[in-house]
Amino acid sequence: MNGHRNAFLDGLALLGQAAMAAAAHSGQMVLFTGHLLWRLLPAWTRPRLIVQELYAIGVLSLVIILISGGFVGLVLGLQGYNILSKFNATESLGVMVALSLVRELGPVVTALLFAGRAGSAVTAEIALMKTTEQLSAMEMMAVDPLRRVVAPRFWGAVFSMPLLAGLFSLVGIAGGYFIGVVVLGVDPASYWGQIQQQMQPVDDVLNGVIKSLVFGAVIGLIAVFEGFNAEPTSLGISRATTRTVVLSSLSVLGLDFILTAWMFGA
Amino acid sequence: MVVGAFVLAGIAALLVLTLKWSDFGTSSVSGYTLTAEFDNIGGLTDRSPIKMAGVTIGRVSHIKIDPNTFEAVVTMVISSQYNNLPKDSFASIYTAGLLGAQYIEISPGGDTKVLKNGDKITMTQSAVILEKVISKFLFNKAAAQ
Repeated sequence: MNGHRNAFLDGLALLGQAAMAAAAHSGQMVLFTGHLLWRLLPAWTRPRLIVQELYAIGVLSLVIILISGGFVGLVLGLQGYNILSKFNATESLGVMVALSLVRELGPVVTALLFAGRAGSAVTAEIALMKTTEQLSAMEMMAVDPLRRVVAPRFWGAVFSMPLLAGLFSLVGIAGGYFIGVVVLGVDPASYWGQIQQQMQPVDDVLNGVIKSLVFGAVIGLIAVFEGFNAEPTSLGISRATTRTVVLSSLSVLGLDFILTAWMFGA
Repeated sequence: MVVGAFVLAGIAALLVLTLKWSDFGTSSVSGYTLTAEFDNIGGLTDRSPIKMAGVTIGRVSHIKIDPNTFEAVVTMVISSQYNNLPKDSFASIYTAGLLGAQYIEISPGGDTKVLKNGDKITMTQSAVILEKVISKFLFNKAAAQ
């Protein structure tokens, strides 16, 4: 009886500790965001740093994004054909593939891959800089690490995401075309024609771009924060990297629901 | 350099998704043009297929309203290999399946003269509007009682 009660209390204490840690973590994040916001515009005085990050974050993610986009398009083409042929509506395959990609899968899958490929790399890089005291060294030389190291990486993530998501969607539509038109014999003019007629530049494409900008900002923020606040040990770096991927994936999926409800909901 | 190419490619991808090319897909169809007038074309659009016996033989190239009769004038491009359609062929608008896109079905007539470039198909049947069919059915039912 006594043992039971202690186990219950222990559990409660652990829960409380976790809640306190989570509260402290989010509080730190809000403070960090505030500090970072002040450095975002001054970071543009050295655009070369941002271009460097666009290369490290955007260009190097290109291969995984394009290959995944192609496969997602192939699968969408197959599944869409399967379903639509039951309703004798395979002419609508193109618009189904295109809208799924541009509205949802493009931004979301790109963001998940981006968090794994680029977000984790950014966190590990900044955390290692902190562990090897490069950040402190910069401060000693009166160089602001938030402005010199963190802000350019954040901008790199924000600008890379919509570009990557756009390429992902385009490659996916091409993949759907390959399966639908070349392999399964859907009418090519209907595939493109229906996309052209039904996809709206503002309602669909612009909303997709807004989604990917938001995801880019969220992933960028989480990645630099986790790196900057990592415990300066090898275990701390590995934990920070894991947290970046887990937190940004969850945030992307949760935010996607909110954004979809706001953009496309009644 | 590489970054510039990446940014340009990304922006180009977004533009490709946004822009509408009006002639994309029809440019591959070459042949002769026919016109037909319909009271109501329903959901027929540019690039809708023209079929004969279920086989696609052409495309709708554009649709406009005749300012005098207020009927829809549909211009279609028929592939030049099907150049022997009889003059008294019949054009009707059907729907592919229950939910599919609409298309024009050409039923060949028995005339020995054939349709030439620029000819008009005189015998047409408009699209079936589901609401009209249902309301007609309901009115008939009410009248019978």
